[in-house]
Amino acid sequence: MSQHATTYVPKSAFGKWFESRLPIASLVHSSFIAFPVPRNLTYFWTFGAILVFMLVAQIVTGVFLAMYYTPNAAMAFQSVEHIMRDVNYGWLLRYLHANGASMFFVAVYIHIFRNFYYGSYKAPREVLYILGVIIFLLMMATAFMGYVLPWGQMSFWGATVITNLFSAIPVVGETIVSFLWGGYSVGNPTLNRFFSLHFLLPFMIFGVVILHVWALHVPGQNNPTGIPIKSGKDAVPFTPYATIKDIFAVVVFMLFFGYWVFYMPNYLGHADNYIPANPAVTPSHIVPEWYFLPFYAILRAIPDKLGGVIAMFSAIAVWFLMPWLDTSKVRSTAYRPLYKQFFWVFVAVCVLLGWLGSKPAEGWYVVVSQIATAYYFIHFLVILPVLGFVERPLPLPNSILESVMGVQKGGAGMPAGANAEPQSKG
Amino acid sequence: MAETTTHVAEPTRRDFLFIATGAAAAVGGATLVWPFIQSLAPDAATVAAGAPVEVDLGPIAEGQIVKVFWRGKLIFVRHRTAEEIKAAQDVNVATLRDPQPDSARVKPDHAQWLIVYGNCTHLGCVPLGQQGEYHGWFCPCHGSVFDTSGRVRGGPAPINLPIPPYTFTSDTKIVIGQEATA
Ligand code: HEM
Ligand code: FES
Repeated sequence: MSQHATTYVPKSAFGKWFESRLPIASLVHSSFIAFPVPRNLTYFWTFGAILVFMLVAQIVTGVFLAMYYTPNAAMAFQSVEHIMRDVNYGWLLRYLHANGASMFFVAVYIHIFRNFYYGSYKAPREVLYILGVIIFLLMMATAFMGYVLPWGQMSFWGATVITNLFSAIPVVGETIVSFLWGGYSVGNPTLNRFFSLHFLLPFMIFGVVILHVWALHVPGQNNPTGIPIKSGKDAVPFTPYATIKDIFAVVVFMLFFGYWVFYMPNYLGHADNYIPANPAVTPSHIVPEWYFLPFYAILRAIPDKLGGVIAMFSAIAVWFLMPWLDTSKVRSTAYRPLYKQFFWVFVAVCVLLGWLGSKPAEGWYVVVSQIATAYYFIHFLVILPVLGFVERPLPLPNSILESVMGVQKGGAGMPAGANAEPQSKG
Repeated sequence: MAETTTHVAEPTRRDFLFIATGAAAAVGGATLVWPFIQSLAPDAATVAAGAPVEVDLGPIAEGQIVKVFWRGKLIFVRHRTAEEIKAAQDVNVATLRDPQPDSARVKPDHAQWLIVYGNCTHLGCVPLGQQGEYHGWFCPCHGSVFDTSGRVRGGPAPINLPIPPYTFTSDTKIVIGQEATA
């Protein structure tokens, strides 16, 4: 495929006419056809495409659900049951949307830990990475508000607990909460505004995704070695290589997604949410959706209201600092023998926190949550900065080509100099 | 700003206009945002729905807790037993997280009636009555414990269950949402 042209030249007269007025064809060509992709990418690099697919899937199913859903506290629960029982294929739309949210988070967590492992957040990709964290925050807000819409017991009490987090803010907390609710408790005005925002936010996510992809196309993709593309031989063109691989990965992911939708559509939800919201009774065991559990565990680990809220928000805020907290000059964990061990301990601690978040906050669960929470922050604030100084990384290969082909001449690649990273530490 | 003109010590007419325009835009922007933010606050209908509610205490048996709503908020009306009152009074107030004597939480001569908001002061769940170490309330969400005076005795809740405004109109009737006008 090395004969692929790297610059786009419109062939037809209309193409030329259009190109001189709106150069979108050449933009698509340079971004998704000729764009140089490191030749050693693994399937971990297909999750970006999977995430775009999931966002589109949520928007399509969501827009159709919104046609049959009624955002009113007296009717919302009924209207969701109406979708499930009366609307043609309504059950499918809803199960796709509800499980789609979970699949979205499965993909985003893999994507995020891929970043952590291969050091993709380091220079020159800090802005790209920070945009990603912003997308994650918007996803959390969207999923939280979506879960309120069916107006079941978990919807109502989840909304109550999460909005009450803001009451921990000194002095103005109570006022902020009543502005969130539009009343003196979670009620109809709350449901209305959550529906409005739940509809809006995915489109804002879409906007940030465009910035994210734009920021990606400046330095190009990172890769398992963490070293930049140095010559055309290190890369292959996006189309067909990445395009086909991404489509294949999306199809495999759809099988996984379909398994949940068709075989266990309610497994990831809570039975309590099929009980209509009742402001006089809290379910005996309230837990958020699985994708919030680690953060929920951190909230509960701190036996102080304000402290717990601060710890929970800090758990994500600290991600923003990661490009500067990690002092190692080497990106890829594959060449960082010490960090590799800490990375997997960190993954285990995150999974442990998730499990603890699903348990009642009593007895030894609390103690373990506190230890795990402490470790979570130590990982970012102590281990990451210190390791960069004390660790002796393994020797890096001279090029991506060498890392896949061994030290010898390799096969086809991109035209030389098609892409060179502006600044590289690798 | 001075750099955009030349390096003159005196502010120019252009500087003045520039600052004046910027200030007008900032004030205008802030003014425009105000009604949008304000629209999020509890609206007139919600505020109006906060009219006082009357509760007949007659049918509430000793030891029973009844739930009522005022302004969309849950309120517990608890008919305390003699032991519960005694337990609430026999506490060294200084040891409490949110120190308040029981007498400050009930109306004089009506110590058997405890009227408190029914949402946990941690994150708003409904605590379960007659449960927990002090048999007041226990919150199932994150384990806050309240005593028979509704005071926080354990767990993450920062303050006692607050007391709504209410007044006795007779020995067996209260009106919630209305302070006594002596
Ligand atoms: C980032 C993308 C999105 C995520 C993560 C998401 C997540 C969710 C979740 C978790 C629920 C609750 C599902 C349930 O348990 O029933 C939900 C419900 C809902 N969502 Fe979304 N959503 C997204 C996009 C959208 C969009 C773009 C719309 C409309 C244009 C929409 C409309 C709805 C409606 C009407 C419901 C209520 C019906 C139901 O509960 O099944 N969603 N959403
Ligand atoms: S809401 Fe009661 S302990 Fe958290």
